[in-house]
Amino acid sequence: MVSGLINANPVVYEKKERRLRNVATLPDEYVVEPIDQQEIFDHIRDIKDPEHPYSLEELKVITEDAIEVDDERSYVRVTFTPTVEHCSMATVIGLCLRVKLMRSLPSRYKMDIRVAPGTHATEAAVNKQLNDKERVAAALENPNLLDMVDECLAPSYG
Amino acid sequence: MAETSQLIQYIESFVDSSRSPSQQAASLDAIASLLKNNQLTVETLVREMEGYLTTADNIIRARGILLLGEVLMHLASKPLDDAAIHSLIQFFTDRLADWRALRGALVGCSALLRRKSSGGIVSETDAKAVAESYLQNLQVQSLGKYDRKLCFELLQCLLERYPKAVASLGDNLIYGICEAVDGEKDPHCLMLIFHIIEILPQLFPDPLGPFTSFAHDLFENLSYYFPIHFTHPKGEDLNIKRDDLARALMLAFSSTPLFEPFAIPLLLEKLSSSLPSAKVDSLRYLSDCTVKYGADRMAKHGEALWSSLKDAVFTSLDSVLSFTPETLEGLCLPENEIAAEALSLLQKLIVQNTNLFLDLIVVDEDINMIFNMISSYKSYHGIPAQSKQRLHAVVCILSTSVKASTASCNRVFECFFSRLMDILGLCVRNSSGNLSPDDSIMIPERYNHGALYLSIELLSACRDLIASSETIIAASARTEETWSYLLQSFLPSLTKAFCSASICTSEDSHDADMYFGVKGLLILATFPEGYLLISKPVFEKILTTFVSIVTVDYSNTLLWKLALKALVQIGSFIEKCHESEKEPSYLGLVVEKIVSLSSLGDFSIPFPLRLEALSEIGTSGKSYMLKVVEGLEEAIYANLSEVYVHGSSNSAEIVTQVLKCYSDKVIPWIHCANGFEEVPLQFAIHIWNQIENSMVFNATQTNKIEVLDAMMKAMKLAVASCSQENQNIIAQKSYHILSSSTSFPLKELFQQESFQIVQVDNSSSRDEWILSLFAAVVIAVHPETYVPNIKPLLYLFMTTLLKGNVAAAQALGSVVNKLGLKSAGVQTDCTLEEVMDIILNLSLWIFQSNSSSDIEAKMASAHDISLINLCSSIGSCTSLQIHAIVGLAWIGKGLLMRGHEKVKDITMIFLQCLQPNGRAEILHQEEGISENNNELDLHHSVMKRAADAFQILMGDSEVCLNRGFHAVIRPLYKQRFFSTMMPILQSLIMKSEPLSRSLLLRASAHIIIDTPLIVVLSDAKKIIPMVLDGLSALSNDILDKDVIYGLLLVLSGILMDKNGQDAVSDSAHTITNRLIELIQYPHMMLVRETAIQCLVAVSGLSHARIYPMRTQVLRAIAKALDDPKRAVRQEAVRCRQAWASIASRSLHI
Repeated sequence: MVSGLINANPVVYEKKERRLRNVATLPDEYVVEPIDQQEIFDHIRDIKDPEHPYSLEELKVITEDAIEVDDERSYVRVTFTPTVEHCSMATVIGLCLRVKLMRSLPSRYKMDIRVAPGTHATEAAVNKQLNDKERVAAALENPNLLDMVDECLAPSYG
Repeated sequence: MAETSQLIQYIESFVDSSRSPSQQAASLDAIASLLKNNQLTVETLVREMEGYLTTADNIIRARGILLLGEVLMHLASKPLDDAAIHSLIQFFTDRLADWRALRGALVGCSALLRRKSSGGIVSETDAKAVAESYLQNLQVQSLGKYDRKLCFELLQCLLERYPKAVASLGDNLIYGICEAVDGEKDPHCLMLIFHIIEILPQLFPDPLGPFTSFAHDLFENLSYYFPIHFTHPKGEDLNIKRDDLARALMLAFSSTPLFEPFAIPLLLEKLSSSLPSAKVDSLRYLSDCTVKYGADRMAKHGEALWSSLKDAVFTSLDSVLSFTPETLEGLCLPENEIAAEALSLLQKLIVQNTNLFLDLIVVDEDINMIFNMISSYKSYHGIPAQSKQRLHAVVCILSTSVKASTASCNRVFECFFSRLMDILGLCVRNSSGNLSPDDSIMIPERYNHGALYLSIELLSACRDLIASSETIIAASARTEETWSYLLQSFLPSLTKAFCSASICTSEDSHDADMYFGVKGLLILATFPEGYLLISKPVFEKILTTFVSIVTVDYSNTLLWKLALKALVQIGSFIEKCHESEKEPSYLGLVVEKIVSLSSLGDFSIPFPLRLEALSEIGTSGKSYMLKVVEGLEEAIYANLSEVYVHGSSNSAEIVTQVLKCYSDKVIPWIHCANGFEEVPLQFAIHIWNQIENSMVFNATQTNKIEVLDAMMKAMKLAVASCSQENQNIIAQKSYHILSSSTSFPLKELFQQESFQIVQVDNSSSRDEWILSLFAAVVIAVHPETYVPNIKPLLYLFMTTLLKGNVAAAQALGSVVNKLGLKSAGVQTDCTLEEVMDIILNLSLWIFQSNSSSDIEAKMASAHDISLINLCSSIGSCTSLQIHAIVGLAWIGKGLLMRGHEKVKDITMIFLQCLQPNGRAEILHQEEGISENNNELDLHHSVMKRAADAFQILMGDSEVCLNRGFHAVIRPLYKQRFFSTMMPILQSLIMKSEPLSRSLLLRASAHIIIDTPLIVVLSDAKKIIPMVLDGLSALSNDILDKDVIYGLLLVLSGILMDKNGQDAVSDSAHTITNRLIELIQYPHMMLVRETAIQCLVAVSGLSHARIYPMRTQVLRAIAKALDDPKRAVRQEAVRCRQAWASIASRSLHI
């Protein structure tokens, strides 16, 4: 595909410490714990960057604040920030996020994956591509692409 | 001569290389024993062997010479005349030149040189000849591994046993050794080489001798091996480890000061390497060399050493100060190995050359920078992380310097202490020397944390220095020490500073303030007695400060814990060092005050905290514990009598807490300490006396249960920790009270022939207390302890257990568990067999006389039971039956644990309850369902209880029948029960009908859950169907969720195990279906979570088995992704991935 790395020397940030949820000593058996921001973040934080051995969290491609979730309305929106503006990996990252969430969330959810406004040269095109069901399905028919996605997702099934 | 021909045979068989090694060894032994028994002389042997020793055939000659050498090995202590030794050694010396037959010559030389002096030894000149021949002829490094080892052994032997002879060879010898060792790699040989070089310098003590000129070359050879990098795979050379080699090399390094010019630079260089093991090794070697090379030689490298050491400490320390009570004593030993070694080296260097190194430390820029740094940060938390680390390093360095010697301690205090005091803003004691005038002056808002930290650690190091020095220097000499003078002069203001830091309560006060304050005071208070640095009033002031924190400042948790911990430390310090002068103050000010907390009426400080303070202080020393125990017991007795007489609920609450504290803290401590045998005895006796004397008894119902439970627990523990004799006393006493002051008709019971249930409840609640307490005593005694009048007690316990008193049932279980143990000739009223007959024949336990199942028929014939049908005769039969079953279960447990066969009878009764005696009843009741529905329900609950009895049988109990309460436990009893019961249950389940089937499954579930997993695993194939059926049968009732969970855990255990997986592979389909059902189990999150984890494990089974089920599983898991609990969803994601990756691509999303 592309020779040479697109962002050869990315800034690596520290990982956020895993927050332990303060569970009551005797949790009520029947209380519902809704899906929240942190849970979504836990699903996607360990996805590997397609071209570096770092997680998306370490590269600050995704942050917890960039996730909006509404459990009652079954809606989630993830906004991610590519490391460089012309990053051609943005679509792959977006695809990884979508696939991981599709596999991790109940089927009632509608998800919206987008590039943070103003962080990518072809923002509109990328967003359109990522949220087009047909195109996503088609992309996953491509064995090379699927292998790549699977490789990126592997660390997130800890 | 017959002997000669036989000898030749032996020789032949050794020399013939086609024979097996064992044959060769046998003939060698035979020849050696001939020689030892004087049936053969060495001379004859050599004559006979002449041909073999001189033949031109290389192989035969080699074997022949080897034979002679090996034979000589066997004769180390047999006397030989000098001429024979001389000619033999000459022969072998010559043979060293014969490289084709070298091994024999090496063995022979070693054998002769190692001879015991009693049997004649090789002369000096001959030894010298050997050495010369060795140096001239041997090319050691061109030989094989084993021959090289022999060469080095020979060399070592020469050096050790003939030092003078070989030393005369001078240069030649050293040169030869250099050549021989060059490039060696085998660990065994290296061990020898390092040792050879270690002893070599002792041969040439003359500093101008030949060794000096070769030192560089020799060291060069050694230096290649440092640091030891040992890559031998495991399994090979098991007897040599890296550490052995490193140690041997270290001894070689430090063997002579002549190595100093080469070794120290090398070690310093390696110290700066990035490999941690190289750093640690360098530091260790430097320590060793420091001691052996001497001060003068090391002084040359002083500056280099100091700067490398400083770097090592600064970079390797990473620990940060934590302000927890646990770290109050015994800081600053760094866990980091490099730092620890570096500090120990520093200490050695300072001891050796105090002036040099302290000069370096005092003028060191880094240290001075830290001092400047701390004055600019007021608060510890304000200091940046990196500087904290450096501060910590400086603390370690300075306290190591203080600990090194008195001189260094003086120097450090002189240079740094006053600086710290300046930073803290403290002033010297004024001339009058008393405290009062400057009480008012300058107490700053907050003391500088960095300076506090440093001065505390300096003080602590100084205290350790004094404590470690054996002789106490005379008082006059002490005051002349600079540190002592300095400390004395700053002491009052320092004490005040610590005090105010610890009790500082301003808004922004900080854990660091309290920590430093408390720690400072603690260190001052624990200066050894000979050094009355602090006067008695000051010591007492410190104690009162702490005590007032403990009694007043309980709202500040950290401070409270710190102060309490400090008090405990001071207490154990006084106890440990026999500080006779301080002890009275401690007892008076601390112990009395704290003990008085237990009885104090007002509720200024929460009761649990008081108890914690009491028990903590108690643990600091025996004499204090006695006081504490007194206080606690007083509180117990006083409040108990309140409870007895007035039924006061307030007292009941207090006494429950105190009793809990007594059983959780005091009794375990007493159990570990020696010489407190009397305390639990007195406690138990007192409790009994008190209840005997309290004829008015008004314990109210509400609090009664809790108090009684706490009392029984304390009583059990107290009795259990008594010796057997004391238990006898308690048992007698309690039996006496039980029989004399209660309304229980013990005597009548004893005489009674047939047993009647006493229906009328004529026993008062006091009687019940006494009985429960008595049951507690019976539960806790040794098997050897004598319990009087067992028989009436049996009747008594059985009546009470039918009223639902579980303690009575447990006591019965303990009795049958411990009675009539063969080991001790204990007197008992009756044997276990009699007791069991009484119990079983009472036939409380036969629940349906009119049904006639097989088992019952057997039972009846076996025991000739005259039936008293409780069920039909008593109105409230169900609850009675349930009580009876619980009682029987505990008795059964007692029997099961000692491995008694009668447990079978009891389990048969349970099985019988589970069996279709129901059948008749159900048929009977179907005719009139409407009226009798209620009774069917009741009966079902009895059956259920019978199934649950297996849980009691198999489960581990904390309240009785365990090791703590001296139960007789036969090894592997669970395993045995499991393997006898499972086949029976299995066959019963096969032919049972639905109702009893679910109960039988329940019973087997209890057994399976409590059997060790490894046993279940060995039987996995048979057990799995029962586990699965159990899971489906029990999943309807919410009350069974714990059983379900237990079964699931067993299932997951099987699935995780390799053998288990093989065993269950066939039933993968059923397992999966069952697990899919449990994913939706609504009552318990853990069940759902574990079921999903099991499914993950199932996905690891053989592909062919699980592939057909993938769609089904994925569909079920998709639902679990929407589970209300987060943990379940998380597992579901993992499980989905595991199953999706075995499925086809289209299913992947």
